[in-house]
Amino acid sequence: MAYDCIVCIKQVPDTSNITGEAMKPDGTVNRAALPAIFNPEDLNALEAALQVRDAFGGSVTVLTMGPLNACEVLRESLYRGADRAILINDRRAAGSDTLATSYILSCAIKTIGRYDIVFCGRQAIDGDTAQVGPQLAEKLGIPQITYFEQLVELSGRELRARRNVGNGWEILQTRLPALLTVLDTANQPRPPSARRVMKYKRARSPGEVAAETARQMPSADPAEVQQRTSERVRALQSAGLCLEQWGLDDIKADLQWCGLSGSPTRVHRIQSIVLTKQGFTEVPPTEEGIRRMVHELIVDHTLG
Amino acid sequence: MIEPNPQGEVWVFAEQEDQRLSETSLELCGKARELADRLGVPVGAVLPGWNVRELAYGLIAHGADVVYLVEDRRLENYRTLPYARVMCRLIEKHRPQIVLYGATPLGRDLAPRIASAMRAGLTADCTDLQIGDYTESSSGTVYRNLLLQVRPAFGGNIIATIINCHRWPQMATVREGVMRLADGDPRRTGRIVQESADLTDMEEIVSLVRRHREPRKVNLKGARIIVAGGGGVGSRENFKLIYELAGALGGAVGASRAAVDSGFIGKEHQVGQTGTTVRPALYIACGISGAVQHRAGMEQSAKIVAINWDREAPIFSVAHYGIVGDLNKVIPMIIRAVRERA
Repeated sequence: MAYDCIVCIKQVPDTSNITGEAMKPDGTVNRAALPAIFNPEDLNALEAALQVRDAFGGSVTVLTMGPLNACEVLRESLYRGADRAILINDRRAAGSDTLATSYILSCAIKTIGRYDIVFCGRQAIDGDTAQVGPQLAEKLGIPQITYFEQLVELSGRELRARRNVGNGWEILQTRLPALLTVLDTANQPRPPSARRVMKYKRARSPGEVAAETARQMPSADPAEVQQRTSERVRALQSAGLCLEQWGLDDIKADLQWCGLSGSPTRVHRIQSIVLTKQGFTEVPPTEEGIRRMVHELIVDHTLG
Repeated sequence: MIEPNPQGEVWVFAEQEDQRLSETSLELCGKARELADRLGVPVGAVLPGWNVRELAYGLIAHGADVVYLVEDRRLENYRTLPYARVMCRLIEKHRPQIVLYGATPLGRDLAPRIASAMRAGLTADCTDLQIGDYTESSSGTVYRNLLLQVRPAFGGNIIATIINCHRWPQMATVREGVMRLADGDPRRTGRIVQESADLTDMEEIVSLVRRHREPRKVNLKGARIIVAGGGGVGSRENFKLIYELAGALGGAVGASRAAVDSGFIGKEHQVGQTGTTVRPALYIACGISGAVQHRAGMEQSAKIVAINWDREAPIFSVAHYGIVGDLNKVIPMIIRAVRERA
C-alpha cells in the first residue's frame, strides 16, 4: 500500500551562529543579518517521509509558509527527493503566532486533499516552541505522535511508532491519517542528489519569477513585465519546474483566524541578552590562589 | 476559547506517572499560589489519572485550594487525546483565567493540543511568570493584571515577554526546575472535587503498545554541587578529571552540549537550554566556553567558578570566580585544596 506524505518545513535564521550584528540597537532581532537555513529537525521530518515513500510507494509533498525567500528550502527539498513543493505566501499571514500558523497550514493541507501522514520537525530553532505540530494535528482532527524516533510498523491504515520521551520511550499505535513530529535522532538526512540539483536549481515560484523579471526590465511598463512573467511561468510549468504558490484565498482561509487577528498571543517586550562583563574575582592558577578560593567557599558555606 | 474572566482561578495541570507527581507540578503549584494571591483568586489543580486520589494532598500541601480529580481507567497512562478532552471540558466548565503546564515532554505534547482546540494562546517554555498591566499600542487600551509570560527565544539570544489579552485562558508551559520547589505544608487544607472524564471512542484512536522508562541515573536537578566539563576537557578519557573533582566535592557531573556532541559523556548529563536547567549552590565550569544556550541553563547557580584558558570566554561573564588556566593543572589543585580542608 502506498502512502501520501506531507512535510511541513520552515526556513529559519541560523540562531546557532549569532554574532553582534544580529541584534539591532533597540534589542530586536536583525533577521537580515542572519543566514537563513532549513530548520534542522525539518530535514529529519523530510527524511522520515522519503523513507516511507521509498519503502511503500506514494508521494512526498513539502509545504512551507513564508516570504519568497523560503523557496530556497522548497528547492532544497526537491534536491533531496521531494515530489511536490508548495509555498504559502500572503502578506495577510504576517504576524501569525503558532495558533494562526497551524490554522493556515491546516487550510493548505485540506486544499492538497488526500494524505496519509503529515510530518513536522519537532521544533524550529528560532522559537523552540514545538507547538505547531500538535496544534496542526488538532486543526486537522487527526491524532499526533510527538518526539517520533522510529517507525516500528506500517501496514494498511495502522502505524506503529516509537517516541522518545526523554527518560525512556513508548511505542504508540494509531490509525491513519496521523501527524508525527520528528526528532533529530530519528535518522540521518540524505544529502541532495547531484542529478536532482541539476534539474531543480532552475525551479521558481511565480512570485520569484515576477520579482526577477521586474529586476531585469527596469524600464519596461508593468503590463509588459506581467506578460513576460506569465510566459516564463508557463515555460517553467511545462518543464515541471514551477513551484506552487498559494495565497490565503487559494486555500479558503478565514482571515479572522490568520495573521495578527488570528493570534491570541502578543509580544509585550523584547530584551536582548548582552554579554555584560560584570566583575568576577580572578583566581591565579596557583596552589596558593586556589587554596584561598576554596577557603572562601567554605567560609560562606558553599562548600561543606 | 473563553472570554476574559478576572475572577477565574489559576490552574495547574498536575502531571503524574505511575501514581507519582512530577516535581514540576509541585513547583507550579507554588508559582500559581503566588500569582493567585496577587489576583485574589483560588488555585486549582487538575489531576487526571487512575487511582491517584492520594496525590491530591501533595498538591494541596504545595498551594492548591481545589483539586479537580478526574479518575478513569482510560486515563491510567498518558495519551494525548483523552487528556486533552478532559482538560478542554473542565476549562469550559470552570473558566480559569490562567492554566500552567510543565514544559516536560508530556506538557509540551498536551498543552498545544488544548490551546488549538480552545483557540487560546500558549507560550512555550517560560522561565518566569508575573502579573502586570499591558497597554495596547494601537488602541491605547490598558489591560490590567495580565499574565506576563517570560521566555527566551532565538536560541536564547533574546528574552521575550508575551501576553494574551483577548482570548483566554492565558496558558503557558513552564520550564522544569526554574520555579523554586518549596517544602509542602501538610497542614494546608483544600477541597477535592470529583469530575467525570466523559470520554468517547474518538479518543481511543491511539493506543499505548509498550512503555520503557529509564531510572534517572544522573540527578542534576537535585545536586547541591555540579562540576561540569565542556569541549575543552578534550577527550572521554580526560573526563575522569571532572568525575574526580565531583567525587571530592560530593557533587554531580554535568556537561556542555559540545562535550556531549563530541561523545565525551552521555546526553543525560547535559546542562543548558536543550538539557537540564540547574541552580545548585556551586557550579564549576571546566573548559566550557559558555555559549548562551549553556549559560541559560546554569546562570542562576548561587556560586559559579569558571576554569578556562581563554580569558575572553563568555562563561566568565556569569562567573563569580574565574581561573584563567589549564584545567588539567587547576583541577588537581582544587582537589588537593579540598582534601587538605577535609
